[in-house]
Amino acid sequence: MFTPNALGYLAETPSQTAGPYVHIGLIPKQAGFDIFSNNLGESPIGADTPGERIRIEGRIFDGTGAPVRDALVESWQADAEGRYHATPTADGFRGWARTGTDFESGLWAIETVKPGRVPGRHGHKRMAPHISLWIVARGINIGLSTRLYFGDEEAANAEDPVLRIIEQPARRQTLIARREAPGHYVLDIHLQGENETVFFDI
Amino acid sequence: MNEFIPRDRDQHPPAVTPIYKTSVLRGPHRPLISLQNSLSEVTGPVFGHGDIGPLDNDLILNYAKTGQPIGERIIMHGRVLDGSGRPVPGVLVEFWQANAGGRYRHRNDTYVAPIDPNFGGCGRTITDAEGRYAFRTVKPGPYPYRNRGNDWRPAHIHFSVFGTGFAQRLITQNYFEGDPLIARDSILGTIPDQAARERLVAKLDLDAAVPLDTLAYRWDIVLRGSRSTLFENKLEGN
Repeated sequence: MFTPNALGYLAETPSQTAGPYVHIGLIPKQAGFDIFSNNLGESPIGADTPGERIRIEGRIFDGTGAPVRDALVESWQADAEGRYHATPTADGFRGWARTGTDFESGLWAIETVKPGRVPGRHGHKRMAPHISLWIVARGINIGLSTRLYFGDEEAANAEDPVLRIIEQPARRQTLIARREAPGHYVLDIHLQGENETVFFDI
Repeated sequence: MNEFIPRDRDQHPPAVTPIYKTSVLRGPHRPLISLQNSLSEVTGPVFGHGDIGPLDNDLILNYAKTGQPIGERIIMHGRVLDGSGRPVPGVLVEFWQANAGGRYRHRNDTYVAPIDPNFGGCGRTITDAEGRYAFRTVKPGPYPYRNRGNDWRPAHIHFSVFGTGFAQRLITQNYFEGDPLIARDSILGTIPDQAARERLVAKLDLDAAVPLDTLAYRWDIVLRGSRSTLFENKLEGN
């Protein structure tokens, strides 16, 4: 249906905003109705998944500092041993979740296990524990990719090959969740402004 | 490890597009930091038929309460391909849309057009071995939205697509051939390239219609391609 270029490649389908009603398709219960027998991504783990139980949460702020209250956040992470699983393990771990920011408070939260360290690219050091985040919303024309690192992993963060390619050390801090309490991490995401979060072209 | 070919950002809308006002305060200003793929980007969740239900690809029946929804009955179908033109089998495709009157079943939608009691407006399917997807629905209606003073969205269906890696994640919208609102749309207008905009328009496909029953439209989706690493510099001592 589409015409390849001179080398035979097809151009990627262009992105469009997920719009204000993204919840209908991906998290219909937040839109206000229940339709699917299995709502995908409600939890990245199973009841018996091994690892340290943690809660990650935060808000997403626009250029005026107001919370974005209609965004969708997807997370993708390794298990406590640093392994990715495309399909669920016997204990129910897949490491992928999705949730909406709250229509009133703008808060999003995911309860999961803390990921282990994952091998870096060929020949690079292991990466620090991190969770990949993908954010879509009304007013976001193409999904935003970022990472959540953990504030109590200072040594691992210091040698993380991805954090290290961010030239300004202060900007690395935009990816590091602060530990509010044992097992409780907070990461606020700033779409614009002085503390604009680092977003990646992956 | 197969890596994804870097995304050609010229095929996509930039982050800040004044024609679509909401993007002005929500689009990042600073350059994206380009990453070479690690395991965190080339892996991703993969779904199977056990994740979805038998009626999930039939929006005419999946929320029917007292009868079938009002509207033009259509089949939407096509293939999911990668940048090399290869079919992408076994990936999750999700879709959501307004009803035939242009109203979404969503607590934040206050448009005057009525909710259809028999229409939920969402569904999902898994591509088959040839990368094909198909679902049945009613054609969504256009609706107004707050942007410029008199902006109307052309009829469209939202699509969410997974690939094999999280870096392929894509959300987009598709439109219907012949809709006069397409050329005036502020959202489609965020894409600078005319040929790229046209690739979001589904074509009437009479050969796939069910005579005396349901019309059909065809629209293919292209995900980022991957490449095997041909030559690799390996650092010593790791």
